[in-house]
Amino acid sequence: MRRQVGYALALAALLAVPWVIGPYAVATVSRILVFAVLAMSVNLLTGITGLPTLGQSAYFGVGAYTGALTAIHLTDLGPAQVVIAALAGAVAAALTGPVAVRARGVPFLMITLAIGEIAYSAAGRLDTITRGTDGLSGIPPVVAAPGLAPTVNEGLVYYYVLAVFLVLFAVIALLLRSPLGLTLRGLRDNEARLTAVGYHTTRYALAAYVIAGAIAGAAGSLWASAQRFVAPGDLGFEVAALALLAVIIGGVGSMWGACLGAAVVILTRDYIGGNLSGHGPLLLGVLFVLAVYLLPRGISGGVRQWRRPGAKREVAA
Amino acid sequence: MTAPATRDLSPSAAAIELDGLTRHFGSLRAVDGVSLAVQQGSRHAVIGPNGAGKSTLFAMIAGTLPATAGRVALHGEDVTAMPEHRRAMQGLVRTFQHSSLFLRCTALENVALAVQRQQGTQWSMVRPLRRRRAVLERSHELLEGIGLADRSEALAGALSHGERRQLEVAVALGTDPSVLLLDEPAAGMSAAETARFKQMVLELPREITVMLVEHDLDLVFGLAEQVTVMHLGQHLLTGTPSEVRASEDVQQAYLGAEDTSDLFPQEAR
Repeated sequence: MRRQVGYALALAALLAVPWVIGPYAVATVSRILVFAVLAMSVNLLTGITGLPTLGQSAYFGVGAYTGALTAIHLTDLGPAQVVIAALAGAVAAALTGPVAVRARGVPFLMITLAIGEIAYSAAGRLDTITRGTDGLSGIPPVVAAPGLAPTVNEGLVYYYVLAVFLVLFAVIALLLRSPLGLTLRGLRDNEARLTAVGYHTTRYALAAYVIAGAIAGAAGSLWASAQRFVAPGDLGFEVAALALLAVIIGGVGSMWGACLGAAVVILTRDYIGGNLSGHGPLLLGVLFVLAVYLLPRGISGGVRQWRRPGAKREVAA
Repeated sequence: MTAPATRDLSPSAAAIELDGLTRHFGSLRAVDGVSLAVQQGSRHAVIGPNGAGKSTLFAMIAGTLPATAGRVALHGEDVTAMPEHRRAMQGLVRTFQHSSLFLRCTALENVALAVQRQQGTQWSMVRPLRRRRAVLERSHELLEGIGLADRSEALAGALSHGERRQLEVAVALGTDPSVLLLDEPAAGMSAAETARFKQMVLELPREITVMLVEHDLDLVFGLAEQVTVMHLGQHLLTGTPSEVRASEDVQQAYLGAEDTSDLFPQEAR
């Protein structure tokens, strides 16, 4: 019940955003929502399946370029771009994932980091597709639904991003409650036992990887629609690291936590950091240390403990 | 043998057949050429002093460890090259010596993981687990069977040691196994918990062949119809509990390793 109230309040606040703050701030909130989708894809791997990743920026980038190119050459219809970008992210993850999902823990983290770095340098070099370091501009304004006018107004772009965000949030919530969601949590908790009851665990790890790739790809398409510009920097190491940071701050394994973490990270980097003459990264570092010390289970873990003080001890026992 | 007459107990009806099963760790022969037939529907225990190779033998039967040499057959089919998850799908399922559970999942979810795999819904991404009656009913039934019905929503990590040992078995049963391998199921259980556990195994349907490694010899002799004694990786003998108690070889094996009081408690008293 409390949870429903929380979601209702969050939704009301999100819907009110363009009415209460200025266009620049609205654009920041749009970025937060996009980044929240990316953080959820990182969380699906890191928090749910137990595979800490620094490679989701690669599929985010694949989605961003695919979305941008779709918008330029194919259709300015947003949902179509999201679907195509998600498919591209999934395909990219299916092609690269088999290398990664053989590993676990730190080796997995290193392989995904390498995948992210390869994607970053590929984006800079594949001039004919990505226009290299110049970046891809000239992305037409997104059409949110068939029959609507192209969305130029910051507030309307925000509502488009919000709508897609909500759909993806719901899809992920459904996935987590599904049998496959339980399978992935089982993989995180005890892979040896999951094998012993008859699961070919690598296949499920790859499935999680592909789904997370699709979500990251969808986020990339939203990024292209909101920024109307894509450059290699959008899929650099910083993006991957910030997404993982958002998940850790928000509380590993919690989807709304990951979204809050994304808000904290983007606000710190783009808003507060901007007023600190470029010391945003320093502030993020301090934030990370504080989060790890004060809220080892992140914001969501802190909230849970505050509501049920005995819960943490019970789990640790 | 005290198996009910309804079972087909012809010699060919072995649930598990081992042929020269061997495992080396470097120069150590942990299991050395063990041949053994476990009759379908029987309750078969493997005992032996520490380091006799019991757990290694179990790991090879389940497929957790590959065999260095030899063969494992399940219901007459050679499964030596089959990976562990495939053997589990064929009905050969193990438990672990140290409770091996999904600690951040609830007790119900632990069992549901096994049940949904058995029912083939583990890939589904749409309908929530909470609305899947077939999986839930079977899972609740299994939890009831082990006496954890009222703990279904507790996280496995919050259960007591004895409760975890019971849940351990329920997870294995959730796969609907034809052969259940119990690796030291009573380790660390209180006397009351062991008694309860024994009752639970006795009540298992006879379609399930139960093979267990166990140190608690009261439990072994109370449960098993056939007892295999291992010593230094080798198969010493297999017989009924009374044959095993009477065997001089067995006494010697235990004498060689330590005192016999754990095997023959009545002598120690």
